[in-house]
Amino acid sequence: MRYVPTNSMWGPWKGLRQIQREMDRLLGEFPLRRASAFPPVNIWTNEQGALVTAELPGVEADSLDVTATGNTLTVRGQRDLPDGEDGRRWHRRERRGGQFTRTVELPFNIDGDSVHATYRDGVLTIDMQRPEVEKPRKITVQAS
Amino acid sequence: MSEHTENTALEKTQTQAPQGVEHTRERDMFIPRASIYETDDEFVVMADLPDVRPDAVDITVEENVLRIHGRVTDHRPEGYSLAYQEYEVGDYHREFSLPDKIDADRIAASMDRGVLSLTLPKLKPAHRRIEVTAGAEE
Repeated sequence: MRYVPTNSMWGPWKGLRQIQREMDRLLGEFPLRRASAFPPVNIWTNEQGALVTAELPGVEADSLDVTATGNTLTVRGQRDLPDGEDGRRWHRRERRGGQFTRTVELPFNIDGDSVHATYRDGVLTIDMQRPEVEKPRKITVQAS
Repeated sequence: MSEHTENTALEKTQTQAPQGVEHTRERDMFIPRASIYETDDEFVVMADLPDVRPDAVDITVEENVLRIHGRVTDHRPEGYSLAYQEYEVGDYHREFSLPDKIDADRIAASMDRGVLSLTLPKLKPAHRRIEVTAGAEE
């Protein structure tokens, strides 16, 4: 897993990224950052904690199992796809199914009690906080 | 059933606006992954449209071209910055050419947990008995 500098996502670099993508498209390649692990995740952070989102369409929320240990977050689940019943002739099967386990490492520890997961419109969002004692504290400098 | 695009990559595949159509939303567009099967009575298309609400999908059929367009909910979380990214967020677009035997008036669509299901019933061939008459004997 690779962390990328935040400010490269938008702002002055966005145009450059689009050009890069266009180049990739023309050359028939994709940017390296894209992972083929399922489900793909994005990680958002701030000083208090993190938000992990995963594109996971068509699963039962009950089948999802989210655990946090130390600085790692693990999502397990099952994605059931319709299979080849009699009389079904498949023309195309691009959607992926089966059991999956995805573990991501965060840049800090997670307070296990703070983890909240919601599943909506096929996107899993996991909200978590850093342990209170590890959160950065603002120290006021007093004039002597 | 044939289509105008391919999507065999494991990653999200980016696409362009259809020819002659301009983006009105400043965001990327992707080809949704889809599966298609056929039975004796119908074709069924399933497409992954994560982050698209049921009311944000447009399905149109025009001159035997089925168009699927899904608009994602903009959910860039406030107060956070992106630290790691494996997927990009954008609208979805894909087109399929329908075989002539589809009854376009009876196409049914539903969205559930980011998955679009389309049922495309086949046209029932009209049963008509043709009487064979014997030709006049010479």
